[in-house]
Amino acid sequence: MRVPVKTWFKNGDPWIWFNAGAVALSMIMVFGLLALIAVRGLSHFWAHDVMQAELVHANGQRSLILGEVVEQEEVPTIQLQEAGYQIESDEEFLTRNLMKVGNRDVSGADFRWLVDSSLENRQWPKAVIVLERREWGNFYGFISAVTEQGKTVAEGDAAWPELQTRLQRAEQLFSQIHQIEKNDIGSINARMERLRLKERKLELENRNTPEALAEVQAERAALDAEYLSYQEQLRDLYAAASRDTLIAKTVDGKQVEIALSKIVRAYQPNAMGIVAKIRFYLAKLYEFVSDEPREANTEGGIFPAIFGTVLMVIVMSIMVTPFGVVAAVYLREYAHQGTMTRIIRIAVNNLAGVPSIVYGVFGLGFFIYFLGSGIDKAFFPEALPSPTMGTGGLLWASITLAILTLPVVIVATEEGLARIPRSMREGSLALGATKAETLWRVVLPMASPAMMTGVILAIARAAGEVAPLMLVGVVKLAPSLPLDGNYPYLHLDQKFMHLGFHIYDVGFQSPNVEAARPLVYATSLLLVIVIALLNLTAVAIRNRLREKFKALEV
Amino acid sequence: MQNQDTNTPAAPRSRKQSRTHAIDVSAMGRPQQNLRLEDEVISLKVENLRLHYGEKEALHGIDMLIPQKRVTAFIGPSGCGKSTLLRCFNRMNDLVDGCRIEGKILLEGQDIYERRVEVADLRRRVGMVFQKPNPFPKTIYENVAYGLRIQGINKKRVLDETVEWSLRSAALWDEVKDRLNDSALGLSGGQQQRLVIARTVAVKPEVLLLDEPASALDPLSTLKIEELIHQLKDEYTIIIVTHNMQQAARVSDYTAFMYMGDLIEFGNTNDLFTNPEKKQTEDYITGRYG
Repeated sequence: MRVPVKTWFKNGDPWIWFNAGAVALSMIMVFGLLALIAVRGLSHFWAHDVMQAELVHANGQRSLILGEVVEQEEVPTIQLQEAGYQIESDEEFLTRNLMKVGNRDVSGADFRWLVDSSLENRQWPKAVIVLERREWGNFYGFISAVTEQGKTVAEGDAAWPELQTRLQRAEQLFSQIHQIEKNDIGSINARMERLRLKERKLELENRNTPEALAEVQAERAALDAEYLSYQEQLRDLYAAASRDTLIAKTVDGKQVEIALSKIVRAYQPNAMGIVAKIRFYLAKLYEFVSDEPREANTEGGIFPAIFGTVLMVIVMSIMVTPFGVVAAVYLREYAHQGTMTRIIRIAVNNLAGVPSIVYGVFGLGFFIYFLGSGIDKAFFPEALPSPTMGTGGLLWASITLAILTLPVVIVATEEGLARIPRSMREGSLALGATKAETLWRVVLPMASPAMMTGVILAIARAAGEVAPLMLVGVVKLAPSLPLDGNYPYLHLDQKFMHLGFHIYDVGFQSPNVEAARPLVYATSLLLVIVIALLNLTAVAIRNRLREKFKALEV
Repeated sequence: MQNQDTNTPAAPRSRKQSRTHAIDVSAMGRPQQNLRLEDEVISLKVENLRLHYGEKEALHGIDMLIPQKRVTAFIGPSGCGKSTLLRCFNRMNDLVDGCRIEGKILLEGQDIYERRVEVADLRRRVGMVFQKPNPFPKTIYENVAYGLRIQGINKKRVLDETVEWSLRSAALWDEVKDRLNDSALGLSGGQQQRLVIARTVAVKPEVLLLDEPASALDPLSTLKIEELIHQLKDEYTIIIVTHNMQQAARVSDYTAFMYMGDLIEFGNTNDLFTNPEKKQTEDYITGRYG
């Protein structure tokens, strides 16, 4: 049946189509964004096959090249010619490959752009090994021998299995060394520092009697002895770790010696089956979320950044919730609803629109320079001139973001309070409860889902914020987590790493842009996931509260 | 009066009303003694009470006596001020912005609007049940225990006893005794209203104010509430506001008819319904307006 256009417009169908279209478009954009960063980021961890090819130079010379094809793109021929390549081709566009050739220590750069047509005789030899190293990036080449104290223990085909077993030993030694350096000696250093501060404090307070100093000395001597014993252990471990060496050949025949202690993992991508590759992929993914970064953040994991982000958001929530709720309760329940209250409410709403970097400047000027240095003078004089609270740190970053998100919590809580039916308050008051008791026992619990809504919005805003954090405590690489085994366990004064800042740092401040790019996507994806998880947790809490306090539907 | 005793309380609703009287009070199913206000102990005394909402005067000088341990009903058309007057007895109107009160209300001889009266204490003595059941989103047990907890009573034994006693007083115990720790919001409307009454009774008030307690309930629940009022009047002074004249006639000993912020007529329920003194009262109860 034909419907006249006029009727069709009148009954509202076009609007429904229009709205549905808008929703669909939004969904496509969101999922497109997620798909893009997921594909770009996650493919980085796959064990790509390594290609060996002959590179034909303009003068007819040939040289061998070995590496992973990371990216392909179409480039206008003329652009290449102008860039200095001597290419004779009738085609308007040429394909160009970005190859990761590794071996930065040998060849200088580990990425090369190569025109596709200049690569000939491609093959994927099974014997290619890839070494992930703690320094100098990946190594691509072929194994020749494994040596122990300079003596060859395995050669040829026997070298690869030998390498695997010896690598396991090296890995164990490395984790022992890491354990001692990071935890044991780290703890001694922390105690040494506290001792130094104690001594300085005695000095400042003129209580540095010989007895007190002797006590400090005795403690220090004990720590020194402990330290020396660890040093001894370390020396042995290092000696043990440097026992084995791998002799490998690059594709153009250069011989390279690599200590096994410098190798993170070795694999033969061309010889791996699909199952092995999946296992490798999962291991790399796990390393990414659980390990510390290496090589100026372009390798390894980003666990400290995840940890810092989550901890900062939690501390921020703990600070913003009580403040926001108390302010909202006053504004809604106690303040006289007049011009002044209205002005305050407008001001609060407008605070939500202030650019976040302004909060960063405020945090730096007020919290760090004013409050922080004041606290230092009053409570940590022994540490001066190096600041304790008078510098950026977890606490100040959290408080700055708490202020940033305060309006959201206030507005949400106020709306929640306004929605509590009058009959609930009256019911409580009629039983002889005072206004405060009514608030505390009936109104606030019923408004708690609304408060959680505010906290959810606050988390969503705070977790993704980067600009203010750069001013108040985020760093590129933090030497230790803000939560550890050393007294006082939660180090609110410490600087920390943050996923958002990590993206900026890796993407734009990195010395090795090509290596860092996939990590930008991977870290972005992780940031989105972390925020989503934080939000989902809060939503789950809110839904439980809703279930518990659902009032009579009006 | 005794001749119709065999009728159940529900019966009058099905009966045709007689021509001369709106309500056949002889068929109320309970003996109506000829109560006289002069013989009663007075619980609340209202003296020249005027109430303003901003500029508008809502009560124009009310004088009345509320007898102790009797049920007094306020009837009248919507907006006549009966709920407003009721809310004066426990100072609920204090919560309304721009509400101003002149005159006195004496509870046991003490003016409740005096400066030194603690409102919370007053409300403990004068409890109130609202039109819509408003249980808190807590368990049944916690709803009843709420008033006691407010008073700082937290002993389990005392609470248990009071909860049981209150629920029994509100004729709810048998229905909920097995699920005291379930949410009160799972109860039916009538049960919720009885729970609210139990909650109010738990703090042992002297006066119970009921603001149209059955208007949001079905007939059966209404009946239960009415029976409950009947039982409770042995212990409490009850004031009930109602739109339903049959209900007023059924449950109350005294009835006040209010119109446009004035108390038109106040007296023994029997007399008021069978033999109203004022023309306005007669017009209202016979359904000629309102």
